[in-house]
Amino acid sequence: MSLAARDITVGYDRKIISEHLDLEVPDGRFTAIIGPNACGKSTLLRALARLLKPKLGTVLLDGADIHGKPAKQVARRLGLLPQSSIAPDGIIVADLVARGRFPHQSLIRQWTAADEEAVVSAMAATGVTELSGELVDTLSGGQRQRVWVAMVLAQQTSIVLLDEPTTFLDIAHQIDLLELCVRLNREQGTTMVAVLHDLNQAARYADHLIVMKDGRIVARGNPGEVITAELIEDVFGLPCVIITDPVAGTPLIIPGRAAA
Amino acid sequence: MSLDFGRRTIVLRPVARVPVRPLVVCAVLVLAALATAVLALGTGEVDIPPVDVLKALAGQGSGAYHLVVVEWRLPRVLLALILGAALGIAGAIFQALTRNPLGSPDVIGFNTGAVTGVLVTTVAVGTGYYVTAAGALVGGLLTAAAVYLFAYRRGVQGFRLIIVGIAIGAVLTSVNQWFIMRADLTVALAVSIWGQGTLNNAAWRSVGPVAVVLGVLAVVLVAMGPRLSLLEMGEDAAAALGVRVERARLAYLVIGVALTAAVAAAAGPISFVSLAAPQLARRLTGTPGVAMAPAAAMGALLLIVSDWLALHAFAPTQLPVGVVTVAVGGAYFAWLLLRQGRKQ
Repeated sequence: MSLAARDITVGYDRKIISEHLDLEVPDGRFTAIIGPNACGKSTLLRALARLLKPKLGTVLLDGADIHGKPAKQVARRLGLLPQSSIAPDGIIVADLVARGRFPHQSLIRQWTAADEEAVVSAMAATGVTELSGELVDTLSGGQRQRVWVAMVLAQQTSIVLLDEPTTFLDIAHQIDLLELCVRLNREQGTTMVAVLHDLNQAARYADHLIVMKDGRIVARGNPGEVITAELIEDVFGLPCVIITDPVAGTPLIIPGRAAA
Repeated sequence: MSLDFGRRTIVLRPVARVPVRPLVVCAVLVLAALATAVLALGTGEVDIPPVDVLKALAGQGSGAYHLVVVEWRLPRVLLALILGAALGIAGAIFQALTRNPLGSPDVIGFNTGAVTGVLVTTVAVGTGYYVTAAGALVGGLLTAAAVYLFAYRRGVQGFRLIIVGIAIGAVLTSVNQWFIMRADLTVALAVSIWGQGTLNNAAWRSVGPVAVVLGVLAVVLVAMGPRLSLLEMGEDAAAALGVRVERARLAYLVIGVALTAAVAAAAGPISFVSLAAPQLARRLTGTPGVAMAPAAAMGALLLIVSDWLALHAFAPTQLPVGVVTVAVGGAYFAWLLLRQGRKQ
C-alpha cells in the first residue's frame, strides 16, 4: 500500500472529528469516500493529503510518515484537487496548468521539455487543449474544474485525491468528470481517492468504497458487497431499495420503501 | 507538439519560459526611471545637461560637475530608485498574501507602526541611522504581529486583515500625534517632516546600509521562487503543490515588513507607492496576479518621478516626497475604493 493511515485521530483545534482510524488506500484503484454531511470524510481526505496533521497516529506514504518527508517530494507522489481553489485574476489556462509543475522544479532546474510535455498531455487528457490561451475567469464551471484537474495531472503523481470534485457542476459535467477520473485510473493506473456526495455515482464509478458515519469507518470494499439497504438506512437514516443499475450493473439506491 | 500559451513567449530552455510583454514593459519602466534619474541629476540650482551628467557618472566630468552630480545629487536619486523598488515589492507581497489590491503595507498600518517605533526610540534612545532603522523595524514588526493576531481566526483572511490593519493604523496615528505634541520643538519638527516621507536627508552614508539590507532581502525573495503566486491560489492548492504554507506566508510577511521598515528608516513612511505600483504594473504587463519584478520597476519609476516633482514643481519650496505620493496615490486610492464598491 502506498498510502495508508495508522490509528490516526484527526480534528480541528480542540474538536476531535475522528479517532483511531485505520485505512489502506488500495493501489491502482478508484476509492470513493462516502457518508452523510459532517461525518469526517473531507477531514480524513485532508489528513491523507497532508493538509491536516493527525493529533495522534501517522499517515504513511510509501511506508514512511508523510509529515517527515520534504513537501515537494510528497507533492511529486500525491496530487490533490481541493474543494476550493482561487484562480488568480487574469491567468490563462496554460499558465494555471503549468503551475502544477512546481514540485518538479527548483531554482536551478526551471522550465524543461519534460515540464512542457507534462502540461501538454495533462491538457489533452482533460480535453482543455483548445482552451489553452483562454482566461480561466471566462470559462464555465465545468471547463474550469477540468482545468484544475489538468493542473493536478500536470503534477504527474501516481496518487490523486479529489475533495468533492463534482460539487457545483450540473449532472452532465458531473458524469463527465467522473468518467475522466475512471479513464485516468484505468489507462494510467493512477490511484484515485474521491470524496463524493452522490451514492449512486460513487457505486457506479468507484471500485472501492469507504463508508463513514460519525467519524468512524463503518464499511469498506467493493460497491456490490458494501451497498445494502440496511447499511444505507443505518448510515444515512434513509429507507431505500437497492436495485441493479440497468446500465452499469452496479448497485442503484432508490429512496423509499418498496410497496408491499 | 508545442504549447500555445496564447501569447508570445521566449523559451530560454532550460532556464525559464519568459513571456514577452512583461519583459518589454519592465524594460520600458526601468529605462523611464533611469531617464528620469539622469534628468533629476541635472536639475537644481545648477542645471547640467544630460550629456555632462552621464560623463560625470562615468567619472569623466569636470570637478565641479562631479561634486554636484555624484557627491550631492546621486545619493538622493539612488535612494529614490531602490526605495521605490522596495516599496513596489512590499506592496506586491501584501496584495498577493491578502488577495486584495487594498492590502498594501501603507493601508494596513505597518507604515504608521514604523513611525511609532521611530518616535519611541527617538524619545527614549535618541537619533541616528541605525537607531531609527531599528525603531522602524521593531515598530513595523510589532504592528504586523498585532494585526495578524487580531485578524487570526483559524487562518487569516485577506479582508479581515485589511480591516483590522486600517483600525490599528488609525489608533497608531493618534499615538504618533500624541508623541509629536509632547516632544520638544526641534524633535517634533524633524519628526513631522520625516513623518511625511522625505528624501531630503539622503546622503551617501545612508545609501550603503539601505542597499545592503534591501539586497539581502531581494536575494531571499529570489530564492523563495514562485511560492507567492502559488499562495494566491488558496492554501490547500499551494500546500498540495508542495509549498509549506504557514512557513512561506510567515517568511513573506517578515520580508514585506522588513522592506517597508527599511524604507521608513531611510526616508520615513512614504505612502501609496506600495499600493499603486503593483496594480499599475499588473495592468501594463497583463501578468496573472501581482508580480514582484514589474512592481519593483514601477515603484522605482513612481518614486523618482514623485521626488522630482516634490523638488521642482513648487520650487523654491521643496515638498517632502510623501506629500506628492499621497496626492497622486490618494486619487488612485479613491478610484480603487469606488471600483471595488461597485463590484460588490
